[in-house]
Amino acid sequence: MIPPAFEYVRAASVDEALAHLAKYGDDARLLAGGHSLLPLMRLRLAAPRVLVDIGRIRELAYVRAEGGELAIGALTTHHAVEQAAAVATAARALADAASVLGDPQVRNRGTIGGELAHADPAADYGAVVLALGGTVTAAGRGGRRTVAIDDWVRGPFTTALQPGEILLEYRAPAAAAREGSVYRKFARRASDYGMVGVAVRLGLGADGRCTSARIALSCVSDQPVRAQAAEAALAGRAPEGDAVREAAAVVLQGVRVADDPFCPADYRTHLAQVETARAIAEAAARARAA
Amino acid sequence: MKVRITVNGTLTEREIEPRTLLVHYLRDELGLTGTHVGCDTSNCGACTVLLDGDAVKSCTVLAAQADGGAVATVEGLAASGPLAALQEGFWEAHGLQCGFCTPGMLMAATQLLRRNPDPTDAEIRRGLEGNLCRCTGYANIVRAVRLAARKGA
Ligand SMILES: Cc1cc2nc3c(=O)[nH]c(=O)nc-3n(C[C@H](O)[C@H](O)[C@H](O)COP(=O)(O)OP(=O)(O)OC[C@H]3O[C@@H](n4cnc5c(N)ncnc54)[C@H](O)[C@@H]3O)c2cc1C
Ligand code: FES
Ligand code: FES
Repeated sequence: MIPPAFEYVRAASVDEALAHLAKYGDDARLLAGGHSLLPLMRLRLAAPRVLVDIGRIRELAYVRAEGGELAIGALTTHHAVEQAAAVATAARALADAASVLGDPQVRNRGTIGGELAHADPAADYGAVVLALGGTVTAAGRGGRRTVAIDDWVRGPFTTALQPGEILLEYRAPAAAAREGSVYRKFARRASDYGMVGVAVRLGLGADGRCTSARIALSCVSDQPVRAQAAEAALAGRAPEGDAVREAAAVVLQGVRVADDPFCPADYRTHLAQVETARAIAEAAARARAA
Repeated sequence: MKVRITVNGTLTEREIEPRTLLVHYLRDELGLTGTHVGCDTSNCGACTVLLDGDAVKSCTVLAAQADGGAVATVEGLAASGPLAALQEGFWEAHGLQCGFCTPGMLMAATQLLRRNPDPTDAEIRRGLEGNLCRCTGYANIVRAVRLAARKGA
């Protein structure tokens, strides 16, 4: 279907985009890759009066490893994330997610900024960034501010972003020695959103025990969730045997699990437990090799 | 608004509504009906074209976003030798039945072979994940792309 009519303006810089947002207020929506917004508009589920196209702000398309952190500009496409050597070394789980997200055409257009701003509960990066940790930087008319990743998503399709603000960058702490991360997605068909997505980031001590563990899931509830009970089950233990089984068993503790005819809550819970155990094992193997 | 888009090497220029999708620009404004529309949900890939060298679903790109860019559609394929090899592959390996998905398959496969000239069957399937075919069951499409790769597409 053809989207409802709108006015189209193109921003050549962040300042220009901010000026457009200030001018048009609530009537305006930013357009990045368009791979969440345009499908919604075509189904008439969204009808912004003005689209501010930020897709050509090239200085927001970058991947940089700097000072123990990995910085990714908002307009970096999923394909670029998938291909970047710096992502593969510093934040492997993000590369995993970028390689299973949508399909090649979607990955050529969709951007990390659009994905994080849209905050679809089924979005793959949602779990990954929670497990990796880090921050999101946004710019508004009043300047820039940084939000801790745990405070980013506020509900389904809702983030800490304020009206008039633009997401500029996601920044993750880079993997250190003996640290590994992984993202596993379970989907019904090719190119689908997941039924469950699990991201794990583990650090191991010289004795092979976990010195740190962050676990987060996508697609399981109305927003991505951190699995703190599962993280606690791994603390100070070697990620194998009972420790993994116990962590997997509590991975959705306290979560209102999404329930739909294709994937009932009890089946989804089972999937999440199985995928969590596998993801912990994979993250541990990567940590040992790092 | 006015847009200028180079399509299969020829500069085109039209006055359009901002909401015009690239696929409608190609089909309705330029009469290039080789690019198909098979869904309303950005899933089927029948509308796949190359935009500045990248495979995109032209139903999910505004013509305004392609302004100033270069688009390659199925109509442009036969013009260049290596790409004809893909078309030959589809012909020889029976990579199509009704043919509705074929233009999109060919364009997605074009990107696939550019990025990976000698793909495994698994890589071919992954590279064509964004394209649905309701007839062939995919096996012959994979064979067609493999054949084209061997011919040096
Ligand atoms: C067929 C198909 C399959 C898909 N499958 C998956 C999948 O399996 N997993 C998955 O995670 N995703 C999937 N997606 C979604 C895809 O990843 C999108 O690219 C992504 O969610 C949005 O990025 P975008 O750049 O396209 O954003 P847009 O659609 O341009 O924007 C999305 C929203 O974010 C806002 N926005 C965009 N950029 C910024 C910014 N810098 N600052 C502030 N606000 C901004 C926009 O105003 C809009 O509200 C799929 C999409 C399609 C079409
Ligand atoms: S028409 Fe189906 S993906 Fe574009
Ligand atoms: S040949 Fe008929 S849809 Fe593919």
